[in-house]
Amino acid sequence: MYSAPSRLRFFELTPWVLAVAVYFLAPSYLPLGAYVMIMILFVLSLDLIVGFGGIVTLGHSAYFGFGAYTAGILAVRVHGDPLLGLAAGALAAGLLGLATGAVILRTQGLTLLMLTLAITSIVLEVAASATWLTGGTDGLHSVPVQPILGLFKFDLFGKTAYLYCTAMLAACWWLVRTVIHSPFGAALVGSRENDARMHAIGAPVYFRRLQAYALSCALAGAAGALLTHTTQFVGTSVLGFELSGEALVMLVLGGVGRLYGAFVGPAVYIVARDYLAQQTPEYWYLGIGILLVVIVLFARGGILGLFDLLKNKLKVEKR
Amino acid sequence: MTAALETRGLCKKFGALTVADNISFALEPGARHALIGPNGAGKTTFVNMLTGVLKPSSGEILLGGEDITGLAQAKRVKRGIGRTFQINSLFRSLTVLDNVALGIAERNGIGHRMGRPASRYGKIIDESVELLKTLGLAQDAAQRVRDLPYGKQRLVEIAIALGMQPRVLLLDEPAAGVPSLESHRILEVLAGLPAGIAILIIEHDMDLVFRFARRITVLAAGAVLMEGTPHEVGADARVRQVYLGDKRA
Repeated sequence: MYSAPSRLRFFELTPWVLAVAVYFLAPSYLPLGAYVMIMILFVLSLDLIVGFGGIVTLGHSAYFGFGAYTAGILAVRVHGDPLLGLAAGALAAGLLGLATGAVILRTQGLTLLMLTLAITSIVLEVAASATWLTGGTDGLHSVPVQPILGLFKFDLFGKTAYLYCTAMLAACWWLVRTVIHSPFGAALVGSRENDARMHAIGAPVYFRRLQAYALSCALAGAAGALLTHTTQFVGTSVLGFELSGEALVMLVLGGVGRLYGAFVGPAVYIVARDYLAQQTPEYWYLGIGILLVVIVLFARGGILGLFDLLKNKLKVEKR
Repeated sequence: MTAALETRGLCKKFGALTVADNISFALEPGARHALIGPNGAGKTTFVNMLTGVLKPSSGEILLGGEDITGLAQAKRVKRGIGRTFQINSLFRSLTVLDNVALGIAERNGIGHRMGRPASRYGKIIDESVELLKTLGLAQDAAQRVRDLPYGKQRLVEIAIALGMQPRVLLLDEPAAGVPSLESHRILEVLAGLPAGIAILIIEHDMDLVFRFARRITVLAAGAVLMEGTPHEVGADARVRQVYLGDKRA
C-alpha cells in the first residue's frame, strides 16, 4: 500500500531464524521440515489470491498437482534435474492458471468457488485415467532426481532436501512480498475491497486478477514440483479437493491476507498433526478440529490475529 | 464555445415507462450547474447515462464536442468524466491516502507495476497528499476510511473523483446523509474546486444548491421543466408547484 512502509521489519526474519535453528537443533525432523516448507509455499500462493485478491478457491491443488506431475513426468521421461523440473512445474501450472483463470475469473462468489472445484476434479480425473503417462492411481514411483546444480545430492537424512526447499521458499517469499507491496499489489487489494470503485477509477480489474491468479498458480506448481523432488513420488493425493481444503484451513489457521499467516498456519497444523498422531493415533483429527474451532471462534484473524489483539490491548493500557 | 458536456434528445425507456424524455442539456466549461427535481424525476438515471452505467434508448452524449454515447464507463473516466456516488463507494478498510493514491496511480498508468514498493512512488504520494490538503483531509491521511465520520467519508469520495483530474465532475448528492453541521464543510470544499472543472451537482439540499450553483436545470417526470439562474428558478411558478411548493409551502 502507498501509505504503509515496505521496509523489512525484524519479525519478518523470524521464519528464517527458526528454519536455521531446526536444521542444527532437530536434525531428525528435517524430512518433516521440508514438507512444512513445501506446504508454506503452497499456502503462500493461496494467500496471494484469497487474502490479497479476494478470490476464494477450493481448487488450488489442481495447480500444485499439475506442477508435481509435470516435474515427475519430466524426470521419468526426459531429465531429472531438480531446477529444470521446478521451472517446468511452475511454468506449466502458471499456464494452466492463465487458461483456467481466464474463464473462471469472469464469475464471482459461489459460482467461482464451484468452478474451482470443477477444475481440480477434472485435473484429478485426467491424472487418474492417463495411466500410460502418470501411472494412474499408483502414481509415479522412484522418480529419478539428479543432484542440484550437479553438486548437491539428495541425502538419506533429508538435509539437502530441507535446505533446497527452504532456499526456494525464501526466493518465492521475496517475490510475493515484492508483488504485494507494489502498486499492482495495492490495486489487487483495492479490487478485493471494492471492485466497482476500481472500475470507476478506470482500472482493468479482470486483467489484474488474472495476472495475480496465474502467478499464484505458478508458485503452487513450484511447491508441487518440490514435493516430487523431495519424496521422489507423485500420486493422485497431490490433486483433488482434500488438499485444497487442507491448504485453506492452514491459511485460516495462520491468518488470511497477512503474508506470514501462510507461514504460521502450515507450521502449526503439520507439527500439531505430527504430534497428535504420535500421542493419539486414532483421534488426531479431533485435535486439529478443536484447534480450528477455537481459532475461528476466538481469533477471527487466525493465530497472527491474536498478536494484533494483544498489541492493541497493550496500546490501550499504555494510554 | 463547445460545451464541456452536452446531451441531445436523450431518452431512456424501461418498457412503457419513460424515465428520461428528450433531455437536451449543455454543461459549459467551468460551469457550476445544479440538477434538481422531485424524487423520481430521473436525475440519477440521467447521471448514469452520462457516466456510461446505463445505455440511453436514443439520443447523443457529447464530451467536448466528441460523441461518447457508446463508450464504456472506464473509457469515459479516461476521457475526463469524474463522478461521485450517492451512496459512498470507498475502500473502507484502507487509509484515506490509499483511497486517493489508488486512483491517482491508475491515472498515471502505474497501477500494473510490480517491481518497486508502492510506498516509494513519491510522486503519487505527494500528489495524493496535496489533494488531501486542498480538501482539508491532510491530518486524516493515515486513518482508515471506515473510522472517519460520515461527512469526511463524503469528502474522500470527492477526493477520489478529483484525483482522476476530470474535465467534468458529476456530484450525485454530495451532502446526502451528512448532518447539517458538517454539510457546510462540503459546501466550502465545493466552492474551492478548480474553476476549470465543469461541475454538475445533483442535490436535495436547496440551501446548498442555491448557494453553489450559477445555473439550475429542473427535471420533472423525466423531462426538462426549465433552466435558468437560481433567481429565475426560485421565482418560477411551475417549479414552485412541482418541487419547491411541496417542500417550502
